[in-house]
Amino acid sequence: MTDDELIWRIAGGSGDGIDSTSQNFAKALMRSGLDIFTHRHYPSRIRGGHTYVEIRAAGHEVQSRGDGYNFLLALGDSFARNPKEEAVYGDEEIKPLSENLDELREGGVIVYDSGLLEEDDVAELNLEERAEENDWHVFPIDLRGMAKEHGREVMRNTAGVGVTAALLEMELDHIENLMTDAMSGDVLEANLSILRDAYEMAQEEYEFEHDVRAPTGEHDEEQVLVSGSNAIAYGALDEGCRFIAGYPMTPWTDVFTIMSQNLPKMGGISEQVEDEIAAAALAVGASHAGAKAMSGSSGGGFALMSEPLGLAEMTETPLVLVESMRAGPSTGMPTKPEQADLEHVLYTSQGDSQRVVFAPGNIEEAYDQTRMAFHVAYEYQIPTILIYDQKLSGENKNVDESFFDREPNPSLGSTLTEEELKEAAHEATGKFMRFQSDPDETENGVSPRSLPGQKGGRYLASGNEHWPSGHIAEDPDNRVLQMDRRKRKIESIRAELDEEHDSQQTYFGDDSADLGIITWGSQQGTVEEAVERLNDDGHSVKGIGVSDMMPFPEQEMTEFLESVDEALVVEMNASAQFRGLLQKELGRFGPKLTSMLKYNGNPFEPGEIVEGFEIRLGGDSAEPTAQVRFEPAAGD
Amino acid sequence: MSAFNAIGEEREIDRDEFTPGNEPQPTWCPGCGDFGVLKALKQALPEVGRNPEEVLTVTGIGCSGKLNSYLDSYGFHTIHGRSLPVARAAKLANPELEVVAAGGDGDGYGIGGNHFIHTARENHDMTYIVFNNEVFGLTKGQTSPTSPKGHKSKTQPSGSAKTPIRPLSQSLNAGAGYIARTAAVNPNQAKEIIKEAIEYDGFAHIDFLTQCPTWNKDAKQYVPYIDIQESDDYEHDINDRAEASQMMFETENKLYEGEVLTGRYYVDDESPSYQAEKQAIGEMPDEPLVERYFDEDYEWERSYDLLDRHK
Ligand SMILES: Cc1ncc(C[n+]2csc(CCOP(=O)(O)OP(=O)(O)O)c2C)c(N)n1
Ligand code: SF4
Repeated sequence: MTDDELIWRIAGGSGDGIDSTSQNFAKALMRSGLDIFTHRHYPSRIRGGHTYVEIRAAGHEVQSRGDGYNFLLALGDSFARNPKEEAVYGDEEIKPLSENLDELREGGVIVYDSGLLEEDDVAELNLEERAEENDWHVFPIDLRGMAKEHGREVMRNTAGVGVTAALLEMELDHIENLMTDAMSGDVLEANLSILRDAYEMAQEEYEFEHDVRAPTGEHDEEQVLVSGSNAIAYGALDEGCRFIAGYPMTPWTDVFTIMSQNLPKMGGISEQVEDEIAAAALAVGASHAGAKAMSGSSGGGFALMSEPLGLAEMTETPLVLVESMRAGPSTGMPTKPEQADLEHVLYTSQGDSQRVVFAPGNIEEAYDQTRMAFHVAYEYQIPTILIYDQKLSGENKNVDESFFDREPNPSLGSTLTEEELKEAAHEATGKFMRFQSDPDETENGVSPRSLPGQKGGRYLASGNEHWPSGHIAEDPDNRVLQMDRRKRKIESIRAELDEEHDSQQTYFGDDSADLGIITWGSQQGTVEEAVERLNDDGHSVKGIGVSDMMPFPEQEMTEFLESVDEALVVEMNASAQFRGLLQKELGRFGPKLTSMLKYNGNPFEPGEIVEGFEIRLGGDSAEPTAQVRFEPAAGD
Repeated sequence: MSAFNAIGEEREIDRDEFTPGNEPQPTWCPGCGDFGVLKALKQALPEVGRNPEEVLTVTGIGCSGKLNSYLDSYGFHTIHGRSLPVARAAKLANPELEVVAAGGDGDGYGIGGNHFIHTARENHDMTYIVFNNEVFGLTKGQTSPTSPKGHKSKTQPSGSAKTPIRPLSQSLNAGAGYIARTAAVNPNQAKEIIKEAIEYDGFAHIDFLTQCPTWNKDAKQYVPYIDIQESDDYEHDINDRAEASQMMFETENKLYEGEVLTGRYYVDDESPSYQAEKQAIGEMPDEPLVERYFDEDYEWERSYDLLDRHK
């Protein structure tokens, strides 16, 4: 655990402005030259209820939230202040302090709002004793009182930031600039003055005996702070997506909101509709008519999309869906991440149904793979699904601005123009052979489409099995030809992914290592950091973050597994779904695999993976301290 | 130059153009009312000047859902109950298409009931024809949402205890702009109503009574019907919501007693369509979205232009 990093946690009640305050502070740290990673924890409640945001800032690249943290700004929950006696949420007020202490590192700093947290409550926490034990530095400050003096109680956040800046020996300029960008008039004036007062007060009144300081760093170029949801929405926009239909469900709502706020300005269309069946069906309809379209949801809503998903496949309508996982089953834990919808997404919908599924492992991949999902959907006329989770959706990371400086790709893929339609095959009846099945003509399985309204392209798109012209047919020979052609698409996609693109899998660690860690989706950054640490500690470990779920990167995974003696498969679910996929697709390697599973609602921390590795593969026989479970694969 | 030259093409359109070449022949039972809808639609479309390539018919699943298998236009045969969301998105993406959705009473009022309410509420500019044969045809005669109370079928052996749905009233309450009922046994009226519905700027719902001689021999649809616009007994102002509502209520009661009233029940000449509303608030482009993908000069905005707020 390095101390050249700051992990600042701001804790309070949801609705207390924790989000906006932390967002601004994160940007200020980024502007000062640091790399940023943010992590958000919130309950499924609108007002009140304990919430925190963590900002990890360092002079080097950061891939995960890290282990624990070293600076707590505990604001108290202002919405919990007048609960009726014995109300369920009656003890919320103190939670921002009490609930967070366990993860505070040795030597850490605590600032709490003595104006909001009652002395009696604080006394019950044995704070002094614990502070002494852990060498914590505690600063009780009446932030609320200070804010009130300056006009409005909500500004205690700003007071907290001012105090933070002083205690970390930061300059105020970046924070002030950001405030000036975000506010104006009296509100801005009041905030600026409370910021400075709090800063000066802390400088004057306290001696800074703690070691936690803002690290220093430098960026070569302009940085932007973006979330996984931003990256997905932006990837879609750059790929020419101008139609979205959805129904709100956490955490997919983030992507839906970002798209809805931008599409109309860009001449696109966003529709909030009656349910998820409709949402996906609208995306199918818009895509059929020639727009680049997407929809999405989270587990429960995605369940409803199973039907339109199959319709898109049978009618070969390009369709991009995103599935943002949260803990299930059923409504589960709406605001907690889990990776337990993998099998649901891979196999839902009737028949020999096939789709393409990508699981991006970080924010840059979320952008790239969204673009890839559109490319594949429109070139191959097949549904593609981007599966990610609440963690990747909500975390923010700094990315070079130039990363987004890409050419747009508004191509509709395998779609003919009227000129091309003139030359294309038609049936004797005059209908366009939309679903041409001749293997010589459709080597990669794709039979180009026409769009309604085009001259010479008339056909029927049917969710029933059909002739090349689209008419419903149960002829056995035709059935086999059509089915084989649709299956060929998957093979061609795998071939294209293998040959024409850099691998979507991410490799890290020591290339020559005999021990490996495999993970997928949002855990990639955390595993990457753990692997780095293990190698620094003298182990020899290699890691891989897998993104292609379907079609599966059989060759790459075979090579990886052949190169190691044993591997840990890290994922956030209780049933080892990815490990199951790995074994199903490769049909061997079972004895080499051990799952490390976590499903308590919190993502892995790098330290937990380091510990897990040492227990299972590194010869340490201790019991794990984290809430994780090990499970050998079949054949072990 | 448009990428969709079939749209708005000015020429004489022969009715036969909507009839597929040599296959497939309809698989409907002899005497099925569905033939009436097909015929009326084939007549109406050329008369309103639409050619097969600018028409998109979107159907659900059922005997009725096969409509576009026997009609030569662009077609999308979707899944049970889901024709409306597919259809309305196609229309949003390319408002210049003539979009006609169709399906059975089970498809439209049962499994797709939620979409029906919301498509009507939003007043999407499209035509929706519901083949109302008071029964599930394709799955062999089970009770449907429009079957009369007491209707016996293999799945309701003691007779249905449910009151039938009121499609006209429901449509009016939901917000459809044009509501009519016609019948396969009344071809001229059917054609005229379909023409009006197509030309109507908003959600035009036609409850189309189609006899199912195979499973529903009891339906009252063979009795002489009365065209409410032609009859002196029924004078109602079709632009008046309250009067329309009253008429619908009576009609829906009398249908099961043997009196079949058809005609236009409600036409809202005032309210703009959903597309128009959406355009007015700046949430829909003036030009069809689809055209843009063929316009080589179009400057696509990029996410890069949005990054300022992330700095
Ligand atoms: C999701 C789903 N549920 C059930 C069916 C089976 N099914 C096919 S058609 C139909 C009912 C058709 O009745 P209706 O919509 O009234 O049309 P009709 O055949 O009478 O024209 C049903 C239940 C299906 N295809 N899909
Ligand atoms: S079962 Fe009824 S609705 Fe279906 S084709 Fe036969 S007569 Fe028509």
